[in-house]
Amino acid sequence: MASETIALNLVKLGTRPIGDRLHDWVVTVDHKKLGILYILYALMFLVIGGIEATIIRIQLIVPHNHFVSAEVFNRMFTMHGTTMIFFVTMPILFGFGTYLIPLMIGARDMAFPRLNALSFWLTAFGGLLLYYSFIGGSGLYGAGEAPDVGWFAYAPLTARAFSPGHSTDFWTLGLLVSGFGSIGTAVNFITTILCMRCPGMTLGKMPLLAWMNLVMAGMVILAVSPLTAAQLMLSIDRYLGGHFFDAQAGGSAVLWMHFFWIFGHPEVYILVIPAFAFVSEIIPVFSRKPIFGYPVMVAATVCIGFVSMSVWAHHMFTVGMSSYGNTFFVITTMMVGIPTGIKIFNWIGTMWGGKIQFNAPMLFCIAFLFQFLLAGLTGIMLSAAPFNWQLTASYFVVAHFHYMLVGAILFAIFGGFYYWFPKMSGRMYNETLAKWHFWLFLIGFHLTFDFMHIPGILGMPRRIYTYEPGRGWEIWNLIVTIGVVFQIAGVVAFVINMLRSLVKGESAGNDPWDAWTLEWSTSSPPHDYNFARIPVIRSRRPLWDLKHPEDPDWKYE
Amino acid sequence: MSCAAITRPSTEPDFILRSRGRVGMFALIAAESAIFTIFVVAYIFYIGKSVSGPKPKDVLDLPIFSTVCLLSSSLTIHLAVRALRNAKVGAFGSWWFVTIALGAIFLVGTAREWQRLIFEKGLTVSTNLFGTTYYSLVGLHAFHVTVGLIVLAIGMIFALLGKVKQEHSERTEILSLYWHFVDVVWVIVFTVVYVIGR
Amino acid sequence: MKDTERERKWGNIVGTVAGILILLASLLLATNLCAADAATSPAIPSIFNPQSTPADSIYHLSIFVLAVTGVIFAIVFSLIAYAITKFRRRSEDGAEPPQVYGSNQMEIAWTVIPVLIVLVLFMATARVIHAIEDARMPKGAIEVTAIGHQYWWEFRYPALGIVTANELHVPVSNSSRPSPTFLKLISADTDHSFWVPRLAGKTDLIPNRVNRMWIDPHDVGVYVGQCAQFCGIQHAKMLLRVYVDSPQQFAQWVQEEKRPAQSSDAAEEGRRIFETTSCINCHSVSGTVADGRFGPDLTHLMSRDTIASGATPNTPENLKMWIQDPDAIKPGSLMPAMKLNDPDLDALTAYLETLR
Repeated sequence: MASETIALNLVKLGTRPIGDRLHDWVVTVDHKKLGILYILYALMFLVIGGIEATIIRIQLIVPHNHFVSAEVFNRMFTMHGTTMIFFVTMPILFGFGTYLIPLMIGARDMAFPRLNALSFWLTAFGGLLLYYSFIGGSGLYGAGEAPDVGWFAYAPLTARAFSPGHSTDFWTLGLLVSGFGSIGTAVNFITTILCMRCPGMTLGKMPLLAWMNLVMAGMVILAVSPLTAAQLMLSIDRYLGGHFFDAQAGGSAVLWMHFFWIFGHPEVYILVIPAFAFVSEIIPVFSRKPIFGYPVMVAATVCIGFVSMSVWAHHMFTVGMSSYGNTFFVITTMMVGIPTGIKIFNWIGTMWGGKIQFNAPMLFCIAFLFQFLLAGLTGIMLSAAPFNWQLTASYFVVAHFHYMLVGAILFAIFGGFYYWFPKMSGRMYNETLAKWHFWLFLIGFHLTFDFMHIPGILGMPRRIYTYEPGRGWEIWNLIVTIGVVFQIAGVVAFVINMLRSLVKGESAGNDPWDAWTLEWSTSSPPHDYNFARIPVIRSRRPLWDLKHPEDPDWKYE
Repeated sequence: MSCAAITRPSTEPDFILRSRGRVGMFALIAAESAIFTIFVVAYIFYIGKSVSGPKPKDVLDLPIFSTVCLLSSSLTIHLAVRALRNAKVGAFGSWWFVTIALGAIFLVGTAREWQRLIFEKGLTVSTNLFGTTYYSLVGLHAFHVTVGLIVLAIGMIFALLGKVKQEHSERTEILSLYWHFVDVVWVIVFTVVYVIGR
Repeated sequence: MKDTERERKWGNIVGTVAGILILLASLLLATNLCAADAATSPAIPSIFNPQSTPADSIYHLSIFVLAVTGVIFAIVFSLIAYAITKFRRRSEDGAEPPQVYGSNQMEIAWTVIPVLIVLVLFMATARVIHAIEDARMPKGAIEVTAIGHQYWWEFRYPALGIVTANELHVPVSNSSRPSPTFLKLISADTDHSFWVPRLAGKTDLIPNRVNRMWIDPHDVGVYVGQCAQFCGIQHAKMLLRVYVDSPQQFAQWVQEEKRPAQSSDAAEEGRRIFETTSCINCHSVSGTVADGRFGPDLTHLMSRDTIASGATPNTPENLKMWIQDPDAIKPGSLMPAMKLNDPDLDALTAYLETLR
C-alpha cells in the first residue's frame, strides 16, 4: 500500500549514532517514547521496591531477628510503600495510558506534548529526589535519611519535634514534585480524550481504556491536589513555624488524616481503574467476544469515580469518630463495592460463551479476576467498622491491600505488558517463558499474601520491625517470606523474557492477537505519526467491522 | 489495508470537539480549586480554635479597596478579550494593561495589610492557628495572583511588540479564564476570612 | 496464534494441577482459621477468641460477614472456574463465537442483588457500631485514663488515686455483677493505638483529643496486645499486658498500689543515688522527692512482670541492663543510658527491687 512504502522510506532503522538516538529519547515529546520512558522508569523502581520488601520480609522471618535495625526497617517499609505507589504503579499506568490513548482514539499525539514531557520529567525527578535521601544522614547502611514515618506520614510524628532530620522533607518534596507531574498528566489525558478523538468516535464509541483513563484522570485532578495542599501545610509547619498539625497550639492530628485519606482513598482507585482498563481490553480479545455490557461498564466506572471520593474515613474508623460518622463511611464504602462487583460479572459475561485462549495476557487477567474478587471481599470485611476495629493496622489489612495492588493491579499490568509488548516493540515475547513467569509469580503471590491474612487475625500489628515469640505468628511469617522467593523468580523470568524478545523475538506484525481496536491497525511499532490517515470509525470495534464486513458491530450497537 | 478510511454517509454531522486549550484550562482550574478547598476547609475548621494570640476580629480590616480592584480586573480582562475578538488590538492592549494594574494594586494592598499585621499587630504565621491558616490561605491566593500577573505581563509585552492579533483571541480568552478563577477564589476567601471568620 | 495438541494437553494438566493446588490452599486456609478459632491458648491474641463484650460483638458480626462474603466467593469463584473450563477454545476452525453485547436483565439482576446484600450487611454493622460506641458507663465501672507515650503506656485510675505503667489491672466482669472498665485515651506525644485483640477492637490515642473505649472481660487471666499505630522507632516494643483479676485480687492490687513507696534501710544507698541522679527528672516514686512525669511511675515497679513496656522480663539482670544500656533492649527508646559505675548500679538496682 502506498502509505506503507512512504513510511518505510521515512524510517531508517538503527543506522543513526547511539548518541543521537539517546538524545532523541531525552528531548522527545512523542507520546510513545514518553510512555516507554514512564514504563522503564517504573520497572526500575519495581525492582528497587521489591528489594525493600525483601529486606522487610527477611527481618520478619523469625521473631527478634537482627537482619536490620529498627531504624533501617522503618525506612524500608516507608520507602517500599511510597516507591511502589508513586514511582511504580502510577508511572506505569500513566505510561501505558500515554502510549495507548492517542493510538486507540485515532490521534497523532496527546493534546499537550510538551506538557507530557514535563510531567514525565517532574515525576522522574521527584523519584530521584526521594531516593537521594538514602545518601544523607548516617550514610547508606543506616539507610541514610530516607523517610521513616510510614507512607502516610501521620502527624504529629512528622513534626520537627518528632522527626528532627530531613527524612520527612525528602518525602514531602519528592511527592510534591511528582504530584505536579501527575496533575499535568491528568490534564493531558482529559484534554486528549475529550478533544482529539477521530471522526465518528463519540464518547459512546471509544474503547473502555479511554473511558477508564478519563475517569482516572478526573480523580487525579481532584485527589492529588489535597495531598499537595496537605504537604504544603506540613512544610509550613516544619519550616515556617506553622501550627496546622501542632497539637500544643490546638492543631489536629486527625485533620492530617482527613486530608491524607481524601487523597489516599481515591488514589487506590486511580491505581485500580487503569488496571480494569487493561482487563477490559484483553478479556474480550482472548474470549473472541465484545465486552459484555459496555454502557454499564462505563456507568459503573463513573460511579466508582464519584462514590470513591466519599469513603475516605474508612481508613480512620479507629480515631474515635462518632457512631454517626463511622456509620456514614460504612455505607459509602459498602456502596462502592456494588459497581465494582458489577464489573466482575461483566467480565465473566464476556468470557461466557466465548472461545477462550490461554495466552499469557489472558492468564494474568484470569488470575486478576480471582484475586480481585477475593481482595474486594476482604475489603467488604474491612468496611464493617467494628470488624475494622480489629483488622485495621494489622497484617490483615496489609494482606488485603497487597492482594489489590499485587494480585489485581500488578497482575493486570503484567497482562498489559504481554498484550502490548508486540505493538510497542514489534516483536513477540516468548510464550513459554511468560508462562513460567505466570506460574512462579502466582505461587509466590499466594504463598505470601494468602497466609498474610492470618497473623493479622491473630493480633499482629503492621509496621513492627520485630515481634514477640509465643503469639502464634512465627509459622505464618515464615511462609509469607518463603513466597518472596517465587515472586522474585517470576519477575526474573519476566525481565529475561522482555530483554531477550527485544533482541531475538520474531516479528510480531501489526495485529498478532487478531484484535479490534485502532492501535492494531498501525505498524508495530507505530510510526512517529501513528496513522497515515486519521481513521473514521462507526463502531466500538473498528477492526472487527473491517474484518467482518458482512456482520459489522455498528448494526448492533 | 489497515487504516483505510471507511467513508461516512454524508448525512452525518461534522465531528467537532471542544478546543483543547479550554478543556485543559478547566482541568487545571479544577485541580487548583481542589487545593484551595483544602486550605479553606483547614481555615474554617480552625476558626475559634487558637489557643492564644490575636483573634480575627481584633486585627482584620475589610480590604474593600483591594477587593474592588481585583473584581474590576475581571471586568477589564473580559473587555480586553472582547476587544481582541472584534479585532480592536489597541483597545485590547489598553484594557489588558488596566487589568495588570488593578491586579498589581491588589497585591500591593495585600502586602500593606500583611505589613500592618506583622509589625503592628504581631500576627505571623507562627503566632497561632489563626495566623497559620490566614497567611497560608491568603498567601496561596496571592501567589496565584502573582503567577497570573507574570503571565499577563508576558502577554502585555507581546501586545506592545504588536504580535497579538485577532486570531489569538481564543488563547487570550482561555488565559482570562484563569484570571476569573483567581477572582472567584478571592470572593470565597474574602467571605470565609473576613465575613464568616471574623 | 499457533496451537498444538501438545500445548493443549499441557494446558489441561497445568490447569488441573492449579485447580487442585487452589483447592488445597483454600482448605488449608479454612482449617487454620478454624484452628485459630478453636485455639484455647490464651497467649495467642486472636480476634476469634474473644473474652469481652466488645470483642464478642465484633466476633459475631465478623462471622456473619465472613459467611456472606464466603457465599459470594463460592458463587463467583465457581462461575469463573466454570467459564474458563467450559468456554475454552477447543477447535481450530477460526470461527468466532456468537457476539453477545450485553443483557439488561442480567445487569439489573446483578445490581439489585448486591444492593440487597449491602443493605443487610450495613444494618448488621450499624447495630454493632452503636452498641459498642454509644454504650453508657454503668455505676460499677472502673475508670482508667490511658496516656500513650513514646514507647510506653501510662495508666491512671483517677477515682482510686493510682498511677501505674504498661500493665493494666482490671477486675473480671460477669453479667450478674457487671464491672466493666471504661478507658479514656489520650496521648502525650504522637499517635498510638490501644489494641488487645481478645478484649476489644483497637482505639487510637491522639494528642489533643480524648477517645473512649470499654472492656468487660469475662475470664481472669493475662491478655496481651501492643500499640497498633506507628509512633516512632520503637513502636514495635510498646507492648501491652492486661491482667484481669478476680474481684478479691483486684481489690488487693488496688490496696497495694495506693500505698506510697515502702522505705527500707537496706536500700538507703540506692535511694540516695536515685534521688540525686537525673532519675527523678523523669520518674516518680510516691512518698519521695521523685515526681517526674516523662517516664513511668516506679512506685510499685516490682509488682510488674515486665519492664520497658513488655520488652523484657522484670529481673534484676534486665533492670541493670535497662539502666546501664537501654539500647541493648530497646534501641532508640527515650530512656537514657545512665552511665553509672558498677557499685552504684548494684545499689540502685537493690533500691528499685524494694519498690513493691
